[in-house]
Amino acid sequence: MSPAVSARRWLSTPLLGLRAAGLLLVAAVLAPVLVLVGSWLNPEVEIWQHLASTQLPGLIANTVTLMLGVGLLVSLLGVSLAWCTVMCEFPGRAAFEWLLMLPLAVPAYVMAFVVLGVFDFGGPLQGFLRGLLGSSWGVDVRNEASVIVVFSLVLYPYVYMLARSAFLSQSSETLEVARVLGCSARQSFFRVALPMARPAIAAGVGLALMETLADFGTVAVFNYDTFTTAIYKSWFGFFSLQAAAQLASLLLLFVALTLFAERHSRGRSQFVQGAKLQHLQRYRLSGPLAAAVTLFCSLVLAMAFVLPMLQLISWAIAAGDSQLNKRFFDLLLHSLWLAGIAAGLTVGLALLLAFCRRFSRGRWGNVFATAQLGYALPGSVLAVGIMLSFSWLDQQLLAPLQSWLGLVPRPLLMGSVLTLLAAYWIRFLAVASGPLESALERVRPSLPEVARTLGAGNWRVLREVYLPLLRPGVLTALVLVFVDVMKEMPATLLLRPFGWDTLAVRIFEMTAEGQWQLAALPALTLVLAGLLPVVLSIRASRGR
Amino acid sequence: MKFRLLLVLSLLSALAACGRSEAPAGPQLVVYSSRIEQLIKPIFDQFTADTGVQIRYVTDSAGPLLARLRAEGGNSPADVLVTVDVGNLWQAAELGLLAEQSSAQLQQNVPASLRDPQSRWVGLSIRARTIVYSSDRVDPAALSSYEQLADDSWSGRLCLRTAKKVYNQSLVATMISANGAERAEQVVRGWVDNLAVPPFSSDNKVIEAIAAGQCDVGVVNSYYLARMKAEDPSLPVALFWANQSGPAPLNRGVHVNISGAGVTAASKQPELALQLLEWLSAPAAQQAFAELNQEFPVNPQTPPSALLQHWGNFAADQVPVVEAGRRQAEAIRMMDRAGYR
Repeated sequence: MSPAVSARRWLSTPLLGLRAAGLLLVAAVLAPVLVLVGSWLNPEVEIWQHLASTQLPGLIANTVTLMLGVGLLVSLLGVSLAWCTVMCEFPGRAAFEWLLMLPLAVPAYVMAFVVLGVFDFGGPLQGFLRGLLGSSWGVDVRNEASVIVVFSLVLYPYVYMLARSAFLSQSSETLEVARVLGCSARQSFFRVALPMARPAIAAGVGLALMETLADFGTVAVFNYDTFTTAIYKSWFGFFSLQAAAQLASLLLLFVALTLFAERHSRGRSQFVQGAKLQHLQRYRLSGPLAAAVTLFCSLVLAMAFVLPMLQLISWAIAAGDSQLNKRFFDLLLHSLWLAGIAAGLTVGLALLLAFCRRFSRGRWGNVFATAQLGYALPGSVLAVGIMLSFSWLDQQLLAPLQSWLGLVPRPLLMGSVLTLLAAYWIRFLAVASGPLESALERVRPSLPEVARTLGAGNWRVLREVYLPLLRPGVLTALVLVFVDVMKEMPATLLLRPFGWDTLAVRIFEMTAEGQWQLAALPALTLVLAGLLPVVLSIRASRGR
Repeated sequence: MKFRLLLVLSLLSALAACGRSEAPAGPQLVVYSSRIEQLIKPIFDQFTADTGVQIRYVTDSAGPLLARLRAEGGNSPADVLVTVDVGNLWQAAELGLLAEQSSAQLQQNVPASLRDPQSRWVGLSIRARTIVYSSDRVDPAALSSYEQLADDSWSGRLCLRTAKKVYNQSLVATMISANGAERAEQVVRGWVDNLAVPPFSSDNKVIEAIAAGQCDVGVVNSYYLARMKAEDPSLPVALFWANQSGPAPLNRGVHVNISGAGVTAASKQPELALQLLEWLSAPAAQQAFAELNQEFPVNPQTPPSALLQHWGNFAADQVPVVEAGRRQAEAIRMMDRAGYR
């Protein structure tokens, strides 16, 4: 087929509008990223030499260790918990099924300061032990292992949620066939269920790792230096936003290559599924095994959720209710309001992109996939990229336009809610895309084809075939984005309009001064408010 | 269907939300502040009560605020930049974000070493970074200067905050000014050798570690100790004013830094903005501004809070604070070489 013919075919497809909208979105996401890549026009040779000769090798080693550790631990926790709660029967299973999602609402930086507050040398636990064991006793818990555990405890729900919905939607026939063919429970897990859930698990681990890679706040609490440390040192220490952007774009390149490799290795395999588990026969666990699984689930829940909540509550009580004024409720309202709108917006746009990718083969699919890169950048670096693009628009387009209309030019985009919302969806598009795409991959292509054969138009196929099948994926995506926006700090700080302070802003202000106790009340409120959609989505997924 | 409805609803409410950020009537100033809300709002409220001028502000770290001011250029709505640490003020001035303001009142209220030589920014409160020690295990007679903490006698007994914090960068920068780069690097290497545990993420943690017995001495900003002492007077940690005696340059005085402010280059109403700075430097506001965070007032006519007076007077390093900004990058490089994280 000649290029001209293929171009014409591409253009004449009824999905042109969809693709054009998709490309526009990709362009919007890539603009701030390109601003950062553009920093390479002026390489900061001196800072690079300094970093390379001092800290950089160590930082890269630290980052790799952290990624491996977190990747391994979130996979182990997420997949094992998902398999147990979906496929096995043990005491408390029904409760754990949703309880294990709750740690999602705990921001990693809050977990970090709680863990340090409880377990550190100067903390109450070791103080108590010193009373028993003598005053010379004590260990410094600020090490690699603690950082890995902290990240894994708050990030495993990504893997858990995605793996769980994958296991749930694996057809019972597939697993039954496996059993009939003589697979033991273990074999059917490793040889059938796990490989089939791979896209979902990979998406979950990918989200967890991107968040780890881009994190600064959590590692800063432990003074554990990673690649982002170099980025922030260049920016805040050497005042070179250029060098920071250059370092950040390397981070991005790494993530892009990894994502690409993962997709490539999936090759042409398809992960379509039949009906969801209808009459699921769960494995009944024997007494000791059942007890062990219950214990395992309780332990994870206790560490990842109960402990931080208890510590936050006790700090909040100690700090008193001086913060609980009207202003505090404004913060809460702003948080909820922004998170709600951003979640709807982001999931809508992510759905559009997911469809674009489904209907595009090969190269175009990769183009649409690049829209997810925003998540891999450290929040404040991305925020600056966004700010630079928007203030460019303000100055180069809107200001002349306003003068032309006879108005006094003033910045319209900077400091508006729209800009902040744009920042949220640029950042969290990847979060929404994970569940949506893995849900979409499991829609058997023959279904919409049949609908079309029966004469249904595009909209009708979307409404009556796709959306009902995608509902669990959409719900998961909404919850993830809502909670992530609630927790988001750097973009909110930089781009919020006057007076639009949120709970995360309050936490930032308190922790910036080292007053973790005063940060407890906003943190607690943030977690509880973030739980709202988690609980709602669980109820919705049960209601079916 | 539901889905499209949701999308339309969210777009509509986003648009509606935009209308909410409209400006109030009457004269008003816009402040970008890296001093947190709790430490500025009460003062701004007082200013509004005194003058009728409304103040709107956003808070963030200094780095992002400078980036924002720079990106907004002449369009920026900001009139005043309030930030902590002279390094940030120096950088803002270097980037041309602050406008020169001549004011007799500021010159009178703020000592020259705490102002920009080119009058682009002015200090509003002083923060002293000094030595704290375990009152159980350390005889204060054994303490003398920052430099002396590099001695072998403190081996395995020192706690420091991370070198990534600008407070330590400014301290080392002024140490370079006083001792020369070579001697200062020896001192920093000595500190690193003496560390009991890897550096902490905050001054509070340093004080807690000393109280818990993880180490015996540390270097922190005095207000952190003041705050913790106010909560728990029995805390076994005490303060020592560093570098008060001995041969020069060891007798140069305690390292002081400032929180300060400047009028932005983009301000459309620099007179009104300057009025805010002058008001802040006057005795009435000085007392409140410093006391909110247990810092020292810059205005010599204003006495420090009762708690700070209890620690007695100290001689402050007279090197112009701008020096700390100028040498910040040099200090970071040196600390990186010395392995101080």
